[in-house]
Amino acid sequence: MLHIVNKSPLSSSTLESCMNTAVGGDILLIEDAVYAATAGNAFESKLRAAMGRFKVYALQPDLEARGMGDKLMDGVTAVDHGGFVDLAASNKNCQSWL
Amino acid sequence: MSDVKKFMFVNRKAPYGTIYALESLEVVLITAAFDQDVSLAFLDDGVYQLKKGQQTKGIEIKNFSPTYRALEDYDINKLYVEKEALEARGLSAEDLIVDVSVVSRAEMGKLMDEQDVVLSF
Amino acid sequence: MKFGIVVNEGPYQHQASDSAYLFAKAALAKGHEVWRVFFYHDGVNNASKLTEPPQDDRHIVNRWAKLAEEHKIDLVVCVAAALRRGIKEENLAQGFRISGLGQLVEAGTKCDRLVTFGD
Repeated sequence: MLHIVNKSPLSSSTLESCMNTAVGGDILLIEDAVYAATAGNAFESKLRAAMGRFKVYALQPDLEARGMGDKLMDGVTAVDHGGFVDLAASNKNCQSWL
Repeated sequence: MSDVKKFMFVNRKAPYGTIYALESLEVVLITAAFDQDVSLAFLDDGVYQLKKGQQTKGIEIKNFSPTYRALEDYDINKLYVEKEALEARGLSAEDLIVDVSVVSRAEMGKLMDEQDVVLSF
Repeated sequence: MKFGIVVNEGPYQHQASDSAYLFAKAALAKGHEVWRVFFYHDGVNNASKLTEPPQDDRHIVNRWAKLAEEHKIDLVVCVAAALRRGIKEENLAQGFRISGLGQLVEAGTKCDRLVTFGD
């Protein structure tokens, strides 16, 4: 399953809820959630700990828009909107954690 | 509509502060009317939607919580509430307006994974 | 693959409509079909023909209409959500239509994937 998250983990518990509840699969960070994938943020260790169960992606245009294009942490794969489409197509279902 | 799919409605937001919970319920009822396989999941602040004893007179917003009790008239019986979310809010199944299945986080994750369509509002 | 898209937030206030649009465009570029975009909650405000952004900004409403026209995408605005928020036939932008929530359920049953953008 593709899990889509759009909120910063430093202001919302959404990403944490997703990681605690979901059985595994792909997590795509979009909009303000891309801050979760930046090196040195306070949530980095929690995201890293979840990487065994999830493959984590971040939407590059959202990183770049926020001046974070060069801050992507190791282990997270950057994708463009086409990559987002591919993830939605390759997973059998998807869920936006709103 | 011939094709039946498994629809899950994920509720993670409290009622009244925003309209999401109410409008989500409207989709739930329509989806059931289209004879789909409907289940509802309540986690995080979404569990507050089911709290007994809501009195909304003082805020002049319609109390829609009785609708949860009417769900069984639409053959919607699959209401799952995350145990950890209830506990984190000092609530138990007795505090809720309807009978629900209280499930662990892990069980909730499995249920989500089995769905064809997951809508969260 | 056949995609359905749900937009739950209004234009400009939230990035949801922009993200949904860019997703739709990318899906089309990859040869997928975008069968229907369903606008719900404050998302119905994406269909107001009274929308007038500053000239140097994107026109979110017209952008959806243009994409829909070029690729035959069904842009559906939820009637109940729209009436609550003052969106009616008389101020509905070209390219959109107002209909019931059944259209959302149908998008769920007919599309291979339904992707939601919201808050």
